[in-house]
Amino acid sequence: MDDALTVHRLHFAFTVTYHYLFPQLTMGLALLILILKTMALRTGNEHYNRAARFWAKIFGINFALGVVTGIPMEFQFGTNWAAFSKAAGGVIGQTLAMEGVFSFFLESSFLGLLLFGEKRLGPRGHWFAALMVFIGSWLSGYLIIATDAWMQHPVGYTLGPKGEILLTDFWALLLNPWALWQYAHNMNGAVLTGCFVMASVGAFYLLSHKHVEYGRTFVRIAVIVGVFSSVLQLFPTGDAQGRMVALHQPVTLAAMEGLFETKEGAPLAILGQPDVEKRRLDNPLVIPRLLSFLTYQRWKAEVKGLSEVPQELWPDNVPLVYYSYHVMVGLGTIFIAILVIAAWKLRRGTLYTSRWTLWTLLLSLPFPYIANTAGWMTAELGRQPWLIYGLMRTRDGVSPQVAAGNAWFTMLGFMGLYTVLSILFLFLVYREIEHGPEPDGGMHIRQPAASVRAA
Amino acid sequence: METIWFCLIAIMIAMYVVLDGFDLGAGILHLLVAKTDAERRMVLRSIGPVWDGNEVWLLAAGGTLYFAFPALYASSFSGFYLPLMIVLWLLILRAISIEFRSHIEGPLWAPFWDAVFCGASILLAVFFGAALGNVVRGVPLDEHGYFFLALWTNFNIGPAPGILDWYTILVGVAALLTLALHGALWLAVKTEGELQLRARRLGSLLWWGVAALTVIVTAVTFRVQPQVTLNLTERAWGYVFPLIALAGLAGMRVFFARADDRKGFLASCAYIIGMLTSVVFGLYPLVLPATDVTRSLTVHNAKAADYGLRIGFIWWVIGMALCTGYFVFLYRHFAGKVKLDADHEGY
Ligand code: HDD
Ligand code: HEM
Ligand code: HEM
Repeated sequence: MDDALTVHRLHFAFTVTYHYLFPQLTMGLALLILILKTMALRTGNEHYNRAARFWAKIFGINFALGVVTGIPMEFQFGTNWAAFSKAAGGVIGQTLAMEGVFSFFLESSFLGLLLFGEKRLGPRGHWFAALMVFIGSWLSGYLIIATDAWMQHPVGYTLGPKGEILLTDFWALLLNPWALWQYAHNMNGAVLTGCFVMASVGAFYLLSHKHVEYGRTFVRIAVIVGVFSSVLQLFPTGDAQGRMVALHQPVTLAAMEGLFETKEGAPLAILGQPDVEKRRLDNPLVIPRLLSFLTYQRWKAEVKGLSEVPQELWPDNVPLVYYSYHVMVGLGTIFIAILVIAAWKLRRGTLYTSRWTLWTLLLSLPFPYIANTAGWMTAELGRQPWLIYGLMRTRDGVSPQVAAGNAWFTMLGFMGLYTVLSILFLFLVYREIEHGPEPDGGMHIRQPAASVRAA
Repeated sequence: METIWFCLIAIMIAMYVVLDGFDLGAGILHLLVAKTDAERRMVLRSIGPVWDGNEVWLLAAGGTLYFAFPALYASSFSGFYLPLMIVLWLLILRAISIEFRSHIEGPLWAPFWDAVFCGASILLAVFFGAALGNVVRGVPLDEHGYFFLALWTNFNIGPAPGILDWYTILVGVAALLTLALHGALWLAVKTEGELQLRARRLGSLLWWGVAALTVIVTAVTFRVQPQVTLNLTERAWGYVFPLIALAGLAGMRVFFARADDRKGFLASCAYIIGMLTSVVFGLYPLVLPATDVTRSLTVHNAKAADYGLRIGFIWWVIGMALCTGYFVFLYRHFAGKVKLDADHEGY
C-alpha cells in the first residue's frame, strides 16, 4: 500500500504543480489587462486598447492551458484520494462546487466576449467583460484557496459517528482566517508573475528596438504595479502567513526554518543545509534572535524546535520544506530589490535606456514561477504527514482500490501529454510575442495568408 | 433533501449533455460535413465562444456531486479510474485542438488538429455513453463501498464486468449517434449553404440509426437493470419521461421533413433530456447499483450531512440564477448564423 501511496502523491503533486503554472499568470494578467482597458477608457487612447488586445491573446492561450490542466485536478480528489473525499467531501466539496458554479461559469462566459466581442460590445461593454474575467478568476482563486486552507487549518466541522467529517458552520469554512491571509499572499504572488511576464516582454521589445512604444508601456505598468506587490508580498502578507503557521503548525515552522532544537532567542537561518540524521543545520549562516522576533515580536521569545515532537510527526521531507521555503523568501527579497531599483529609474526617466536593468527584467521571467511553486511546496510538504491537519493522515486518504501500477500508467500519460502541451504553449506564445501588438496609428493590417488570429 | 439534490444533479448532467453534446456532435461530424478549410473554420466558429462554458456544466455537476454525495463521488471516481483518466486526456486534446487550430496557417497544422478534434470527440461520446451504461448495469462494490474496474474483461455482463462489455458498448454507440445527430442539427441551425445542406442530410440519415438503437437499448436495459421495471410499475407517472423522448424523436422527423432546423434542434434536446431523465427515474433511489444488491449506493447512504445540503441549496440557487443569466446573454450575443467574413476576430 505504501508504494501506491507514493505514486498517488507524486501524481497529485505533478499535476497540480503543472496546473498552477497557468492560473498564476491568468490571475495576474487579468488584473493588468483590466488596468490597460481602464486606461484606454479614461484616456481614450487607442494605444492602450491595442496593448490590451495583445495581452488578451496571450491570456487566451494561457487560459486554455489553465482550463485543460484544471479539469483533471477537480477529478483527482475522487480518483486518487477517494477515502479522503468520502470523509471530507461534505465540507470541501462545498467550496469546490461553489468554484464551478460561481466562478468558472463567469470566467468562461465572459472570456468568450473578451476575446471575440470587442466590436459588438463597444468600449464600455468590452471593459465590463475584462472586469468580469478578472472577478471570475480572482473568485476562483479564493474558493480554491479556501479549500486548501481548510486542509491546512480545519474549522467549522464536527466528526460524525462513522468518522465522517460533517460541516457545521459554512461561514467559518468560507472565512477561515488561514484562507484570508493565504489568499492575499497567493494572489499577490500571481500579480508578481503577471508583472514580471509583462516587464520581460516589454524589456525584450525595448532591447531589440521593436514595438518600442509598447515596450515602454509594458515596462512602465509592470514596474509600477510590481513594486507595490513585491513589498506587499513580504509585508504584511508573507509575515502574517508565517505567523499563522507558527500559531497552528509549529512543527511545520520548525521544518521551514531548519530549527531542530527549541530555543529562546532563536536565530534566522539565511543559508545552511539541514542534516536530519544528526539533527542540525550544517554550514549555518544565521542572524541571531531574528526568528524569535519575527515570529513573536520579542527578541527572546522561545521558538519550538522539531525535537519537541516524535520524528513520526515531522514533515516527511524536512530538507525539501526547508529549501523550498528559503528559495521563496530569497527570491522575494531579490524581487523587491529589482523592482525598487527599476521603479526608481523609472521616476528618474532613465529606465527605458538602462540596458542592465532591462536585461535583468528580461531574464527574471522564470523566477516568479519558481517562487510560487516553491511557496506551494512549502505549504503542502510542510503539512505532511497530515492530509487534513490534525485530523487525517495522508496515508489514510488514498484510494484503496487503485493499484500503484494503474497510478503509474496515468501519471506517465499526464507527463507525456503535458510535455507536448508545454512545447505547444511556448511555441505559440513566442510567436505572439514575435509578431507583437498591432503597430500604433496603422490600420488593422492583416495578410490573409499568414495572419495570426486571437486564441 | 437528498432527493432534491439527486434531481438537481440530474438536471445539471442533462444540461451538460444537451449543451456540450452539440459541440461534441459538431466535432464528431467535423471531417464529414466540412470539406474545405473555410467550412471547417465555420464549424469551429459556431462552437468557439460557447464550448468552454458548456464544458463547465460537467465540472459544476462533478463538484455538486462531490459535496452532496461524497461517498458516491469517492467510489465512482476511484472505481472508474482508468476510463476517467482517458476521458480527461481526450478532453485536453479536444480543447487544445479547438483553441490552437487557427493560430497558424499551413498545409499541415490545421488538418492535424482537425483530425485530433474529430477523433477525440468521437471517443468522448462513446466513453460517455459507456459510462452511463456502466452506472445502469451496476458495478462490483466491496464491503467498504469501493470497486475498481478494468477497461475490459470478457465483454460480458458477468460477476466480473469490465468498463466495456457488449451492453456498455451498445450504449456508447447509441450516444455517439445521438450526439452526432444533435451536432448535425446545431450546425444546420448555425450555418448556411453547402455546409447547412450537408449537415441536414447527414442528420436525417443519422435519425434512422438513433431510432433503431433507441428501441434496442431500451429493450435490453429492462433486462440488465430490474430496478427500472420496478420503478415504472410502482410509479406509473414516470412514463412521462420516455414519452418526452419519443415526442422529441418524432418531432425531429417532422422537422426534418419541413427543413425547420431550429425546431429540429429543440426536438433533439427534448429527446436527450427525455432519455436521460428516464434512466434517472428508472434507477432512483439507486445512484450506483452494485452487483451484490445489498451494497448498492443509494441517495440515502451516499449523501452528505443535512446542514451542508441545506446551505448548499441556497448558494446553488443563487449561482444557477446568475449563470442562466450569463448563458442567455452569451447565446444571444452570438446568435444567428456564423459568417466567416463578418469580422476577423477569432477562429
Ligand atoms: C511570487 C511568489 C512568492 C514570493 C516572492 C513569496 N511567496 Fe510566500 N508563498 C507564495 C508565493 C510567494 C505562495 C505560492 O502564494 C504560497 C504557497 C502556498 C500559499 O498559500 O502561498 C506561499 C506561502 C508562504 C508561507 C506559508 C507556508 C505554509 O503554509 O506552510 C509563508 C510563511 C510565506 N509564504 C512567507 C513568505 C515570505 C516571508 C516571503 C518574503 C518575501 C515570501 N513568502 C515570498
Ligand atoms: C497550485 C498550487 C499547489 C501546489 C503546487 C501543490 C503542491 C502539492 C504537492 C507538492 C503535494 C505533494 C505533497 C506530498 O505528497 O508530500 C500536494 C499534495 C496535495 N495537495 Fe496540493 N498543491 C497546490 C494546491 C492545492 C490545493 C488548492 C489543494 C486543495 C484544494 C491541494 C490539495 C492537495 C491534496 C489533496 C494533496 C494530496 C495529499 C497529500 O499528499 O497531502 N493542493 N500538493
Ligand atoms: C487541487 C487544486 C485545484 C483544482 C481542483 C483546480 C481546478 C480547476 C479547474 C477545473 C479549472 C478549469 C476551469 C474552467 O474550465 O474554466 C481551473 C482553472 C483555474 N484555476 Fe485551478 N485548480 C486547482 C488549483 C488552483 C490553485 C491553487 C489556484 C490559484 C489560487 C487555481 C486557480 C485557477 C484559476 C484562476 C483558473 C482559471 C484560469 C485558468 O484556467 O488559467 N487553481 N482550476
